[in-house]
Amino acid sequence: MILCKVVGSIVSTIKHKSYDNQKVLLVRPVTPEGELKSGTMVAVDTVGAGEGNIVLVASEGRAAMEILGFNARQPLRSVIVGIVDRIDCERSGG
Amino acid sequence: MKLGRVTGKVWATAKDPKLNSLTLFVMQPVDEHDTPLGTELIVVDTVGSREGDLVYWVGGAEATFPFNDRQIPSDATIVGLVDRVDIQPDGNA
Repeated sequence: MILCKVVGSIVSTIKHKSYDNQKVLLVRPVTPEGELKSGTMVAVDTVGAGEGNIVLVASEGRAAMEILGFNARQPLRSVIVGIVDRIDCERSGG
Repeated sequence: MKLGRVTGKVWATAKDPKLNSLTLFVMQPVDEHDTPLGTELIVVDTVGSREGDLVYWVGGAEATFPFNDRQIPSDATIVGLVDRVDIQPDGNA
């Protein structure tokens, strides 16, 4: 899983059926200190995350299948699986 | 999954039979501000995209699973059309 910050959301009418009734958010990878990195991703939210939250994003199809309860593999891989309350991180040389 | 902007269409007559009847597009991965990210990709479309559309796409093994009855030899597949992007104003993204 990677640390990301929720930076927005998207509205989509025409989509693959595995995305039906899912909340789809835009997330950007961040460092443990909260600095934004490049590489915006689209992720399905399963935990009620909101804009500005630091979240855990799992980017693996099998994990998405387990979390969303699919019976077969689907073209969906990035899922928000947690909202981060706090990070304690010791930086080398810091 | 990531965002992308469809920029062109690809025709290929000789191809793997499992790609028959599928539409291939040229797509530029973009961020939430439509800024290009990395190199353009050739993607399989499953939602009726057109050139100029903002889409989201899935890469890797999951790109092979858009259909129930068969897998397709694709490493990037469009799975949704974006109607609207909402970004928080102070996202300094």
